[in-house]
Amino acid sequence: MKLTLHVWRQSGPNDPGRHERYEADDVSEHMSFLEMLDVVNERLVGQGEEPIAFEHDCREGICGSCGMMINGVPHGPKTLTTACQLHMRSFRDGDEIWIDPWRATAFPVLKDLVVDRSGFDRIIASGGYISVRTGSAPDGNAIPVPKDNADAAFDAATCIGCGACVAACPNASAMLFTSAKVAHLAQVPQGQAERWDRVLAMVDRHDAEGFGNCTNHGACQTACPKGISIDYIAQLNRDLIRATLRARPVEAGRDA
Amino acid sequence: MRRVATLYRTTVGKKVLMAVSGVVLFGFVFVHMLGNLKMLVPPDAAGHYAMDVYAEFLRSVGYPLVPHHGVLWLARLVLLAAVGVHIVSAVQLARLSRAARPRSHAKEQNLSLAYASRTMRWGGVILLLFIIYHILHFTTGQAHSSFVAGAVHQNYVSAFQNPVVFLVYLVAQTALCLHLYHGVWSFFQTLGLNHPKYNHLRRPFAAAFAVVVFVGFLTPPTLVLAGVVS
Repeated sequence: MKLTLHVWRQSGPNDPGRHERYEADDVSEHMSFLEMLDVVNERLVGQGEEPIAFEHDCREGICGSCGMMINGVPHGPKTLTTACQLHMRSFRDGDEIWIDPWRATAFPVLKDLVVDRSGFDRIIASGGYISVRTGSAPDGNAIPVPKDNADAAFDAATCIGCGACVAACPNASAMLFTSAKVAHLAQVPQGQAERWDRVLAMVDRHDAEGFGNCTNHGACQTACPKGISIDYIAQLNRDLIRATLRARPVEAGRDA
Repeated sequence: MRRVATLYRTTVGKKVLMAVSGVVLFGFVFVHMLGNLKMLVPPDAAGHYAMDVYAEFLRSVGYPLVPHHGVLWLARLVLLAAVGVHIVSAVQLARLSRAARPRSHAKEQNLSLAYASRTMRWGGVILLLFIIYHILHFTTGQAHSSFVAGAVHQNYVSAFQNPVVFLVYLVAQTALCLHLYHGVWSFFQTLGLNHPKYNHLRRPFAAAFAVVVFVGFLTPPTLVLAGVVS
């Protein structure tokens, strides 16, 4: 296959950046999208040019590193598929492909297609945890969890934090990510102790990072390589409202 | 109070205000549409039009417990407050969104297929302009060529005999229909009113609500234009 690539090149955070055109003449349809970029990079290195920087790690669709905008769609044209699991057979000979990094104030571009997603880490750190006793491991089935809750929590927990939801959202909102983390822990008994503080803290952090607000388009769930549902956003909203209404005066419980 | 302030500070809190002020406006729009259907009722033996009787009822409801126009003005103040909250939240949220995505992606595709959701902001501006025109047209009369204060039925008929006026209302009702479709669905989503048992009914309900309002509002003017109602 022969392809024409228009790749975003930016040497560092302060470089204004630009699209550069590359001809990829020796692409096999069996290559993954990242392998195609590897081949282009080998040629660039051979020519003494700087290779295209892109993030990657597991290359099996579970680490969340490889996000990039391919022809204006996060992770490219195949649904429920990360860029590393996208194969060149999804394209046709002679196609032009535009490749961009995620664009969001909260995801500053570090280099070329690599963005800084540590905003997600700070959202997790603000509340995406549970407090457990350290020491010996608790008995596996000591705490019963209803099957429906366990399944819903698991579906939310499949989020790999790739950032496709932010890229797909016209408002660059990270509500799908945040809600997946909130809903995951809100549906299991182990997550109840911090449930109300968690949702307040994580939404607060989400906004402080500069992500936009959700306007219920649903583009994020279409783009999500793990198929996470915007029903979790409704659950986050409900929990946030309940957390507000549950406010108890500090004196509650004190002896009269 | 601290937590209410926290809620308001978050983008979700502003959306909650959008949803709550929005539901006040849904309610108004629905009742307004039902009221307009009185245009279809023929006049009684004494020659009174149902629309004029209804208008007089709105002006005098609650009397003598409240003064004439009392309930009417209370409703107007509530609606004005709802519109104000709705617009202020929308502007704040739109500005936050713009700041969150200063540069768009190359060849950006539209992954959310709903035309209605993509046109909420400009649709809202169209509706605001329409509301101003509508008040000048039927409430205060400056935008009406043959306005007679209090003669609601007559003003209605004389207005919609003009196809241009009909066209303006058709455009506005289309904008309202789209706005309601995404708005009603968003209302459920923003307030977290979801449940696996009835989630699949939310979008059909939003669509049905929007279509009922559209058809309800446009049926009387269409019949006026066609000469059936006079």
